[in-house]
Amino acid sequence: MTLLWILLLPMMGIVTPLLTERYGRNVCAAMTALPPAIALMLLLQQAPVVMSGQVPSLHAEWIPALGLNLALHLDGLAWLFCLLILGIGLLVILYARYYLSDRDSMGQFYASLILFMTAMLGVVLSANLLQLWLFWELTSISSFLLISFWSWRTDARKGARMALAVTGAGGLALLGALILIGHEVGSFDLATVLASGDLLRQSELYPVILALFLLGAFTKSAQFPFHFWLPHAMAAPTPVSSYLHSATMVKAGVFLLARFYPVLAGTDLWFVVVSLTGMATLLVGAYTALFKHDLKGLLAYSTVSHLGLITLLLGLGTALAPVAAVFHIINHAVFKASLFMAAGIIDHESGSRDMRKLNGLWQFMPVTATLAMVAASSMAGVPLLNGFLSKEMMFAETLEQYTFGALSWWVPLLATIGATFSVAYSLRFMHDVFFNGQPIDLPKTPHEPPRYMRVPVEILVVLCLLVGMFPDLMVGTLLKTAAGAVLQAPVPEFELGVWHGFNLPLLMSMLAVSGGVAIYVNRRFLFQFQSQFAERDAKLVFEASVQSLVRKAGQLHHLIDNGSMQRAMFLMLLLALVLMAWPLMDLLNTAGGRPELALNWGVVFCTALLIAGTLLTIWWSHQRLWALLALSIVGLVVSVAFAWFSAPDLALTQLSVEVVTVLLFLLALFFLPRHGPIMDGPLRIMMRDLGVSVLFGSVVGTICYALLTRPLDSISGYFLEHSKTGGGGTNVVNVILVDFRGFDTLGEITVLGIAALGIYKLLARMTLAMPSADDDGRAWARERHPALLALVSQSLLPLALLVSAYIFLRGHNMPGGGFIAGLITAIALIQQYVAHGVVWMKQRMPLSYEALIASGLLIALTAGLGSWLFGHNFLKTWYDYFYLPGVGKFELASAMVFDLGVYLTVIGATLLILANLGKLTTSERIRTGDE
Amino acid sequence: MLNTLLLWVAGVVGLALVLNAWRLVRGPSVTDRVLALDTMYINVIAMIILLGIYFDTSLYFEAALLIAMLGFVSTAAVSKYLLRGDIIE
Repeated sequence: MTLLWILLLPMMGIVTPLLTERYGRNVCAAMTALPPAIALMLLLQQAPVVMSGQVPSLHAEWIPALGLNLALHLDGLAWLFCLLILGIGLLVILYARYYLSDRDSMGQFYASLILFMTAMLGVVLSANLLQLWLFWELTSISSFLLISFWSWRTDARKGARMALAVTGAGGLALLGALILIGHEVGSFDLATVLASGDLLRQSELYPVILALFLLGAFTKSAQFPFHFWLPHAMAAPTPVSSYLHSATMVKAGVFLLARFYPVLAGTDLWFVVVSLTGMATLLVGAYTALFKHDLKGLLAYSTVSHLGLITLLLGLGTALAPVAAVFHIINHAVFKASLFMAAGIIDHESGSRDMRKLNGLWQFMPVTATLAMVAASSMAGVPLLNGFLSKEMMFAETLEQYTFGALSWWVPLLATIGATFSVAYSLRFMHDVFFNGQPIDLPKTPHEPPRYMRVPVEILVVLCLLVGMFPDLMVGTLLKTAAGAVLQAPVPEFELGVWHGFNLPLLMSMLAVSGGVAIYVNRRFLFQFQSQFAERDAKLVFEASVQSLVRKAGQLHHLIDNGSMQRAMFLMLLLALVLMAWPLMDLLNTAGGRPELALNWGVVFCTALLIAGTLLTIWWSHQRLWALLALSIVGLVVSVAFAWFSAPDLALTQLSVEVVTVLLFLLALFFLPRHGPIMDGPLRIMMRDLGVSVLFGSVVGTICYALLTRPLDSISGYFLEHSKTGGGGTNVVNVILVDFRGFDTLGEITVLGIAALGIYKLLARMTLAMPSADDDGRAWARERHPALLALVSQSLLPLALLVSAYIFLRGHNMPGGGFIAGLITAIALIQQYVAHGVVWMKQRMPLSYEALIASGLLIALTAGLGSWLFGHNFLKTWYDYFYLPGVGKFELASAMVFDLGVYLTVIGATLLILANLGKLTTSERIRTGDE
Repeated sequence: MLNTLLLWVAGVVGLALVLNAWRLVRGPSVTDRVLALDTMYINVIAMIILLGIYFDTSLYFEAALLIAMLGFVSTAAVSKYLLRGDIIE
């Protein structure tokens, strides 16, 4: 349970800053820090258990069918990361209290920060692959929010977008890898997966899994060539950088590498790819860092370089390399967080981060300068500091590996070169900022920061010193436990000591320090050399590639849909044609074995009428009104056909839909010329369209014939059997709609509502030319609303409402239901619009159709959720029989409430569309914006 | 007996449908066509009621009722369209 609270407390803490913001900065910061502080205490309380080698875990089933479970575990590696996340997180909260200015929204900042903290904790605690991925994505999203916190700055927005695009793409790759792993292993449970290393390594999919997995980890941890997003994420407020870009977010990638080390490592492919990537990142980062004039830019590239170092260690394959990697994860988090904070203090108190202006700050802020220099020395790998120890271990391990055969000696050489540059840029950070003459036109006179702003830095720097001097005492056990969790095996013996005697690693360290000093002293030449190359701004390159991608997508889109309806229809029908015709090729006979029915003259007659109506519609297609009349014949015959084949529900629906369609067409026809051109384009196109139509018709006809001549075994029998017992209604069609397939219906009415709102929005700003006379040049009749029509229409309304109420109420047992009833009501109301006009209706029915749709959907949803109260599934009909004097025994079903929702949505949607189309010509038309 | 009669009646109504369809095709004016369609609605009402009697069920009467009601709406809307162009003003 403790485990759950470690995750839950920060999760609940997301809202506290928003709630306490109004009570002032101190209260807000204190309240924000409270949940993580309790979580940290819980974590420390778990320390003895974890250090003794036990793994507290929690397992709760969520969607077991999909392998999704809530699974948490706290092994050594997770404990170490939790400590970093919570510990440094608390220091960052304290630091940010002083860093943020009055203009910044403190609540919003803290809320995003705690959201990120929760996500990170989720990543490291997860014992289920899919759950891990969920939190992994959450870190990308919350870091996007944090980087773009100063959202008025374009570099912040662009940097955040770049970070999100790169890490998000990596996240997708990771999902692919995790799903493949789950597929191969047969479980998403981390413990099971970690035990199946051999299975995975021997799998045929191993290269694919590894590639996707490494893409995910490398993008997150800013490995070359994906490192470019990290320097641009420096547009974030410094507390964010010191948290995300030193200790947590970028460490998620190396965490992942460490987590899956026992499963995926151990092959040549892993060692070559991971160590080469790590080495390239180490060198590129360290070299570039030297040339950055921006303090945070230098630190960002230095972070890239150190992440490369950790990756390199994980790719070396020697026995102690993973231990060194874990050690460096700790050390880098500690010194880099303090350095970022120090850089933030310098920026905050002097107004600049440019090292060409920042000089001689020692005289203004000696305490901060001392702290920053200790931390920077640790970064450089100076003895008696923690950075020295892990770097020594790294040197030792590079000498041990034989990944590249006879050329393996390159690895220690290149590592030393990387370390040399690391010393050089650390020296630049110290010397340029705190000495090197006087400051050059700084916006502010620098001074020491507020007392408590420095506290987090002090704590971290003391840790650097303590770990550097008493490594075994400070982190010995922790390192052993965490490394054990990485290896999933007993950890080989290692010795954490400050002094190992004169040996090769020490010589490499000395070479690096002296070389670094030499480079820094002669940096003029290097800067000159570097200035020959045009500097490429990754932001511009990235933006350009994004834009070219968008342009390409646009071109592709234009190729398919260039705005011509005919073309789009042609392509769509062609695709459908191929998809439908393909399976037909496999059919041996068109006709199935089913005996044919006797010829019925009524059916023949109606079919002839149907075909005649269809041909007439095509023949008259340029005479739009006539075509509409001919189309009505088709609708009419189809509804008779439904009645003939015993589908009264469908017949009723068809009839009402038919009328609504006619009304819709008439409303639209007003704005179109009465006669279309007979030839709608070149003959070539006409022939093409004709060909596709004939082909399509023949394929659909073949399918129908093939289907009708075969015995059909459908699920209708099941529905017929269970309609009364399961759904409490004898009208199977309605029971299917509101119960068996209720979820589909809910989706459908939602779509209907959205479509209606979309049409409403499209119509909102439309102005169309209104013809003043009909096509033959006759002026319109003077009388707008003939009295006869008004009278008959008005008397029709109560009748229609009665019919619709009747059809609605008995829908569950007899033909009818909410959909048909809704259409009838809507038609009756539209008839009033036709007879009396919009103004008249508006006075008498001040109803918002949007609200009608919304309430309908809400009622339907509530009816569905209501079933849960009775312990049934979502939308399961609940019914019982009641007795009322005078009425007798009757049935009440919860399905009726759902049907009421359908009824209201249908009315709202139909009226919203038709009435607004009608309103286009009136003074009542919707006005939006500046119209 | 009844069934034979129904068959005859259906035949006559069917003939009316065909004639109306012919009027719809021939025109000559739009008014003729609208009237033809309206009468076709009435023919279909008759046809469906005959079906109801034939199947001995009252369910089809509602379909007939609906056609009577909705057919009116269609015809009224088309007439309004011919007169004013704009059916909802």
